[in-house]
Amino acid sequence: MKVTVDEEKCCGAGQCVLIAPEVFDQRDDDGIVILLEAEPGEEQHAAVREAAAVCPAAAIELTGRD
Amino acid sequence: MAPPTPEVTHPEDVLIVGASAGGLAVAEALRRKGYRGRLTVVGAEPHPPYDRPPLSKQVLSGAWEGERTHLRSRDDLDRLEAEFVLGDPATGLDAAAREVRTASGRVLRADAVVLATGLTALRLPGQDDLAGVHVLRTLDDALALRRDLTTADELVVVGEGVLGAEIAATARGLGTGVTLAGLGDAVMGDHLGGLVGGMLTRLHAGRGVRLRLGVAARSLTGEDGRVTGVLLASGEWLPAGAVVVATGSRPAVGWLAGSGLTLGDGVECDARCRAADGVYALGDIASWHHEGLGRRLRLENRTNAVEQAQVVAANLLGEDRPYVPVPYFWTDQYDVKIQAHGFLTRDAQVDVVEGAPEENRFVARYTVGGQVTGVLGWNMAKAARLHRRSLAEAFTPEKPHA
Repeated sequence: MKVTVDEEKCCGAGQCVLIAPEVFDQRDDDGIVILLEAEPGEEQHAAVREAAAVCPAAAIELTGRD
Repeated sequence: MAPPTPEVTHPEDVLIVGASAGGLAVAEALRRKGYRGRLTVVGAEPHPPYDRPPLSKQVLSGAWEGERTHLRSRDDLDRLEAEFVLGDPATGLDAAAREVRTASGRVLRADAVVLATGLTALRLPGQDDLAGVHVLRTLDDALALRRDLTTADELVVVGEGVLGAEIAATARGLGTGVTLAGLGDAVMGDHLGGLVGGMLTRLHAGRGVRLRLGVAARSLTGEDGRVTGVLLASGEWLPAGAVVVATGSRPAVGWLAGSGLTLGDGVECDARCRAADGVYALGDIASWHHEGLGRRLRLENRTNAVEQAQVVAANLLGEDRPYVPVPYFWTDQYDVKIQAHGFLTRDAQVDVVEGAPEENRFVARYTVGGQVTGVLGWNMAKAARLHRRSLAEAFTPEKPHA
């Protein structure tokens, strides 16, 4: 699984950090997403999928089969 | 009356009515959870699923072309293995038979039906007879307003809520003259309370928006079929080359009359978002019992549509999950980004807990009756999210000793 984030779309909700704090963080100044782990381990996949699904700005994209 | 027992077997086919963020999210969540049955998604608009929050901002400003709002690529939609029936509004439902009729005459039946038809914008009397008067709900609405803003020198926005405020900010950014008129006494005061409403009002005034607050729009004026202005209840006439009516919305449930469902403020559902056996609702149209609050709730925001979709998908597949979210929305106006968690009502006591309004950067905590009910970030998104946990008590069910 590869994760990419679109900083221009990100609205700073922080839902992704609540769901997958080991993969996502937010910048202190404007709250925009920081991707901590572009190829997260398998144990993170379910949380990352949920984060991508509920991102209110549709700013998280997942590629790869697993 | 006890709610019906959830079905433990998976449905063989699921019909989703509504092809926006919520409808797409429930389809994707079903597949992610391993559902392999048939999926049909019916949408009123001809477009593939797209995102609405950018319509009043990036699309209206011209920063994005319309296609950038599409939520998924063509390939992603193909991989979903769902049949999309687009440009064909649903016109009727028989809830007991789980049968949906559409404008083109289709009759679709499924084991389970999910209702996600969103909102219909309110309109002013006579507006459909005048060119240059807009609502902003769909992508086509946004593109039509954008075209008018390229020629109109003066825009009147009716409605001081979040949509009216965002449209005013975007139009000012394009150099258009803007008058914002609304019933409330402060911009977004009904949603964010007096302190922040006052700050937003000053923000818009400082950017050159003429404000007419606390006054109703009485009627539209026109000439040769085109709008010329808005007449206020105060007697003042506001000249306009274009007008946006952003006075609110209603759940799009007109097509559900006679369906057998209970329609109140939207489609009435139980705590599991179930409206009837095998019929679920989500997003703007769903009024459900929030077990944490102990009362019925309906939310109109983007986050709610996709979060509720996760719960509906789980319950469709035999789980038994109540939907107990902390409400959240955001708004961007000029260089201000606001994050709103929970309820930010006028009656709340508002305390600044981090940063300072004078620094254009703060977090405010909203308290009602000793309980924290809301957290707002003004250019302080991360800090606001960290304060969100103080809301847990107000929104969590099963307070054992309460």
